Amino acid sequence: MPKLTIDDSEVEVEPGFTVLQACEQAGIEIPRFCYHERLSIAGNCRMCLVEMKRSPKPVAACAMPAADGMVIRTNTPAVEKTRKAVMEFLLINHPLDCPICDQAGECDLQDQAMAYGLDHGRYRETKRAVKDKNFGPLIKAVMTRCIHCTRCIRFSTEIAGVQELGATGRGENMEVGTYVEKALASELSGNMIDLCPVGALTSAPYAFRARSWELRKTESVDVMDAVGSNIRVDVRGAEVMRILPRLNEDVNEDWISDKSRFACDGLRYQRLDRPYLRDGGKLRPATWDEAFAAVAEKVKATKARGIAAIAGDTADCEAMTALKDLMAALGSPHLDCRQDGAHLDASHRAGYLFNTSIAGIEQADACLLIGTNPRVEAPIVNARLRKRFLAGGFPVALIGKKTDLTFSHKHLGTTPNVLDKVASGAHPFAKVLNKAKRPMLILGMGALARQDGAAILAAARKIAEDSGMVNDGWNGFNVLHTAAARVGGLDLGFLPGKMGGRDVAGILDGAGMGEVEIVYLLAADEIDMDRLGGAFVIYQGHHGDAGAGRADVILPGGAYTEKNATYVNTEGRAQVARLAAYPPGEAREDWKIVRALSAVLGKPLPFDSLQQVRARMAEINANFAHTGVVAAPWGTFGEEGRLDPAPFASRLANFYMTDPISRASPTMAKCTEAFVNPARRRTGTDG
Amino acid sequence: MSYPGLSYLRQSARTAFLGELLFGMALTFRYFFRTKVTINYPFEKGPLSPRFRGEHALRRYPNGEERCIACKLCEAVCPAQAITIEAEPRDDGSRRATRYDLDMVKCIYCGMCEKACPVDAIVEGPNFEYATETREELYYDKEKLLANGERWETEIAERLARDAPYR
Repeated sequence: MPKLTIDDSEVEVEPGFTVLQACEQAGIEIPRFCYHERLSIAGNCRMCLVEMKRSPKPVAACAMPAADGMVIRTNTPAVEKTRKAVMEFLLINHPLDCPICDQAGECDLQDQAMAYGLDHGRYRETKRAVKDKNFGPLIKAVMTRCIHCTRCIRFSTEIAGVQELGATGRGENMEVGTYVEKALASELSGNMIDLCPVGALTSAPYAFRARSWELRKTESVDVMDAVGSNIRVDVRGAEVMRILPRLNEDVNEDWISDKSRFACDGLRYQRLDRPYLRDGGKLRPATWDEAFAAVAEKVKATKARGIAAIAGDTADCEAMTALKDLMAALGSPHLDCRQDGAHLDASHRAGYLFNTSIAGIEQADACLLIGTNPRVEAPIVNARLRKRFLAGGFPVALIGKKTDLTFSHKHLGTTPNVLDKVASGAHPFAKVLNKAKRPMLILGMGALARQDGAAILAAARKIAEDSGMVNDGWNGFNVLHTAAARVGGLDLGFLPGKMGGRDVAGILDGAGMGEVEIVYLLAADEIDMDRLGGAFVIYQGHHGDAGAGRADVILPGGAYTEKNATYVNTEGRAQVARLAAYPPGEAREDWKIVRALSAVLGKPLPFDSLQQVRARMAEINANFAHTGVVAAPWGTFGEEGRLDPAPFASRLANFYMTDPISRASPTMAKCTEAFVNPARRRTGTDG
Repeated sequence: MSYPGLSYLRQSARTAFLGELLFGMALTFRYFFRTKVTINYPFEKGPLSPRFRGEHALRRYPNGEERCIACKLCEAVCPAQAITIEAEPRDDGSRRATRYDLDMVKCIYCGMCEKACPVDAIVEGPNFEYATETREELYYDKEKLLANGERWETEIAERLARDAPYR
């Protein structure tokens, strides 16, 4: 390990470290703009110049590999002078528009100009001006502010995998942009906003809405997909202004998807802020007492087996626990958390988890994707797959709809027949999997939410077992969920009871035939409401979406930023979302609503505080007692059967609109217009 | 009234000959010929420093464009937290305040908002005669502040010009 001297103190660093990383390890801050630990080294901002013994000129710390016996000085007058000079050069063409710049207050250039720059400007000549570019509905580009650090270019090529950004021209004429004017089509484009050290790329929906110093920051988790990205919710007053990623090496590293970041403006629209009752065919505002009384009256008049409950994709574990216990108290076995009808087998936890773990993808050496498009269903997982792919020696094959995954992969086919072939070992890719030391497969909801889902699950299990995906310390069998609530619901056993409990399809059929008279929808909007027939529908949720439109009683709950709630991600990692803003109007935290309703129904649930609910959750499943990931024991799951030859279809048609929040979001609507249904495909009669 | 040190007789004589009265009248008579220090307010007004901090105003550029860009520095610096600003992009894409509320009851007239403003939009003008009958009238909004700016622009510009060398 190289040992070097930095400012008179000796530091021993790992081989391959740069001088800048060594300085960081020694606790010395080196100013930088272009260097970012997750991107390749560019060395073009020159802010990190340090003095090195026996070097005639200062060296760029970010690009200089640390070597044995180096003597680095970072605090000499010469270094100070260099930094001042570099900063002066950077500021020559940077406009003095901090007062109208959204980056102000959290701007690297601002901070470093204060810390390392001159206290006055000497430049009197004219400044450069660059025409603003149109980067689409998410990113606002003010290219005059650009300091050409190329972080955005490197991000889009390396992490996001879309070669769309680049620099044209040289020297003062250099411009960063898409070569032809177009919106950046990447699900991770929002991360460029965080990466940009200046205000050249800022968030378009957040433009001018708040200043960084006005925001109250709450650490939380995201529910837009099943990855459970760690986020920071920035709130001003009672309004969520923006969502930023929070570092978690095991889950999302530094990134979040565009839906996670930008769908938060949907929290302002279509909100249910008071209970509603259907009166003569129309919903009218009601009080909590009225709403509860209406539910109680109906429940009293119905047999226990005529009541059913469906949990939606963003339901939190606390609310599901309360509702499950309430249904048990009422004596109904009809409950389900699998809105899409996915044939997930809850008998073995390994059968519905992303067992490899997201960080574990980096250890894998072959991958088979079945009926999934991770780029749409979980962009963060796709970014990890791409990261692993770029490291080399990672053959990837896809069975499912042909798509661009941002990395090269083999498309084996679209039908389960191919899966059958791989399972029987006849397919050439089976040999690739067999040869690999740590192979993995990812099973998507597109494969499980079919009639033959259980058989596909069994076939996937067979592939996993035959190709040695499951051995000591390695489990390559992965289910990639699309719903944030799904794993939590499965862990809690929010599933049809033993005594002939109905699943979602059964509940809908029963409601259509009049056998199920009451359906309790816990934020469930993705089912076919027309099939509910004449059932009395209780909708508990936060947005006026499909469920609320069909409901007879609406109980307003909180969105994920408005409650202290537990979500389990696709890896089986229980994470806590925290209350960042209070629910609007009379809306309440969801488990409290169910608790209050249980008292009205005469079956009071035995918990009164969040601690008690969480204790109950840990009682149901010990995984709620801790926050890490525990390897789930392997078992036999799925039902072997005949595979339907119909091709796998993707569950998510539109990445930008998958749940009530993103459907209510104007930004997501703009994205849908820009990326999913481009104008050129529309005809004159559209809208 | 008694003067210790004067004998009883002399004291009585001074009182009998209206000595105190004449002394007082002499003082009054002296001031009769001196310059007046009072002014006939509100018809006459005293001089004001160019740095006098009176009623607030939001200024406009000579072409009529409002100066305020909703940077919120005044809101951040205000020690009394009297300023509330909300911003949004205007139709032409420029940054503008949709709301600029100033609670004149909270305001302590420290002038920090004026100092913080990068575009000389919010200023404390020379006007100090804006007493109202109700508190509500002292909750100024953007419209009122801009109207103030229009009314006082000549004076404000003159004051800023006179103070410019010292800023």
